[in-house]
Amino acid sequence: MSTALKRYGLGVLAIAVSVVVFIIPLLFMVLTAVKDRKEAAKLDFAWPTNFQFVENFTAVLSARKFMLVTAFINSTILTVASVTILVILAAMVAWVLQRRKSRWNGVANFLILSGLIIPPAIVPTIWVLQSMGLFKTLPGLILIEVAFGLSFCVMLFRAFIASIPKELDEAAVIDGCGPVRLFFRVIFPLLRSVIITVIVVQSVHIFNDFQNPLYFLPGDANATVQLTLFNFQSQFTTNYNLLFMNILLITVPPFIMYLFFNRQIVAGMTAGAVKG
Amino acid sequence: MTLNTAPTPTAVRPVPQAAHPKRRKGKSPYPYWFYLPAAVIYTALFLVPTVVSFFFSLTRWNLSEFTFIGLDNFVQLFQEPALIKGLTNTFIYGLVTSVLKVVLGMLLAVLLTSQIIARGYLRSVMFFPVLLSSIGVGIVFTALMDPRNGMINEGLAAIGIQGPAWLTDPAWALISVALVDVWKGVGLATVIYIAGIVSIPQEYFEAAKMDGASSFKSFFNITLPLARPATATVIILSLIGGLRSFDLIWAMTKGGPGFTSDVIASVIYKQYQAGFYGLSTAGNVVLFVIVTAIILPLSMFLNRKEVEQ
Repeated sequence: MSTALKRYGLGVLAIAVSVVVFIIPLLFMVLTAVKDRKEAAKLDFAWPTNFQFVENFTAVLSARKFMLVTAFINSTILTVASVTILVILAAMVAWVLQRRKSRWNGVANFLILSGLIIPPAIVPTIWVLQSMGLFKTLPGLILIEVAFGLSFCVMLFRAFIASIPKELDEAAVIDGCGPVRLFFRVIFPLLRSVIITVIVVQSVHIFNDFQNPLYFLPGDANATVQLTLFNFQSQFTTNYNLLFMNILLITVPPFIMYLFFNRQIVAGMTAGAVKG
Repeated sequence: MTLNTAPTPTAVRPVPQAAHPKRRKGKSPYPYWFYLPAAVIYTALFLVPTVVSFFFSLTRWNLSEFTFIGLDNFVQLFQEPALIKGLTNTFIYGLVTSVLKVVLGMLLAVLLTSQIIARGYLRSVMFFPVLLSSIGVGIVFTALMDPRNGMINEGLAAIGIQGPAWLTDPAWALISVALVDVWKGVGLATVIYIAGIVSIPQEYFEAAKMDGASSFKSFFNITLPLARPATATVIILSLIGGLRSFDLIWAMTKGGPGFTSDVIASVIYKQYQAGFYGLSTAGNVVLFVIVTAIILPLSMFLNRKEVEQ
């Protein structure tokens, strides 16, 4: 009797709280995005009297010479390129690090830990980028995202590679496999599940990144989606409907990722919680 | 066990193979040059800036020329009230967000691993904000926290509470942003705790129940100590995030009103914008020192306790 009470009573209570705390703010965002300007300005939680989905949608996209469209293209390039580079380079590092015990391991572990903890030094990074001619360019930002994401990815890969038997490498070597073929033909396909985790977690992270584009790819002309949203914030202070439509649009990609890869995202983000 | 000689033949066989490729350069199946591309990018864009930041923090600098001014930048950081505020706020923000994430994450995880209904729904809805962009969340909550007609204060007024002015009240601005940070991040803390709790063998709880332990008691004597790795992860992750936090603060208050919600990361940005590159870099060095001085001993402490058990 009391367990049933607990099961349903606590459950209903938790659902009620979750609706107030999580569902209402998200619904508020969606509803405001489809309201007209006057209703949106009231900031209240009401059903819109006239739906303006299409109008708001086109208004946001075409604002400032289709800046949001450019931003979506830039963000897509940024995300795809940096995640691809990250996956390949991090897997290569993790594999050698896991398999070959040498005096470099201590150094490498120290550097990986540093990358997880140390906040990047902003202006010196700009200085380096400028001397390479990459400051305010998309390739520069891609390399930045790679540099800052490496530690986390290597950590995920290494934990997974430890579970692949070493005999497999030995068998491939006996069959005459060179290191490159061994890695890309034999090992890399075996990493499928952890690769998916890395791709999903990192792409959401990089797509949502604000601070790095703000510093390393400033300017309106070729901004990323987060930067565009931030710029719209000061421009659209009286148009909450358009501002929220913008938020809604840039929430769609992470939401789709979440629908399809819920399990992998959680796995990637909780890695290390059990072993510490 | 000690008489088992079976491993010797298998142990002997790989030795010549392993020894051979290691002797001849480039023949190891695990070549060092696999490190190279990652090492180049990491060194150029992370290690070099980190190291040179210590030097440039001692200069007045405009990216092409610098004058050495000793510790002046640090003196200024620790003397100007606006900048000191940024320091104390960083600690407050880090502490508030991580304590709330640890406590709420633990409670929610216990709730979501118990036998209540709609667990799947609750887990998904709680985790979703983790994937939202900080800027989007910041803008939505700026609207919700509007002191005059925001939904939060209207809701509080409906049950007879006069809500504070949130982001526009100097006493509340920082805490308001910290609360939104918790709203966005508590789902991550919860799933980390769930992973930790699920890994505890079920027998312990059954045995405790047999011995007549209350659920209260088994929480404090089984769940809490055995979920320590999860606690360590949550504390370390949220402290690293909290001390470095920038996006949400910048989207919601820009450090205002005045400089009452500035943190080191926003001071770094403001000084950078103003062209004080040396001062901005000094801010970076201070942040580096604070983060490592807190995180390193703390993670060593949390991990040592784990070994003792």
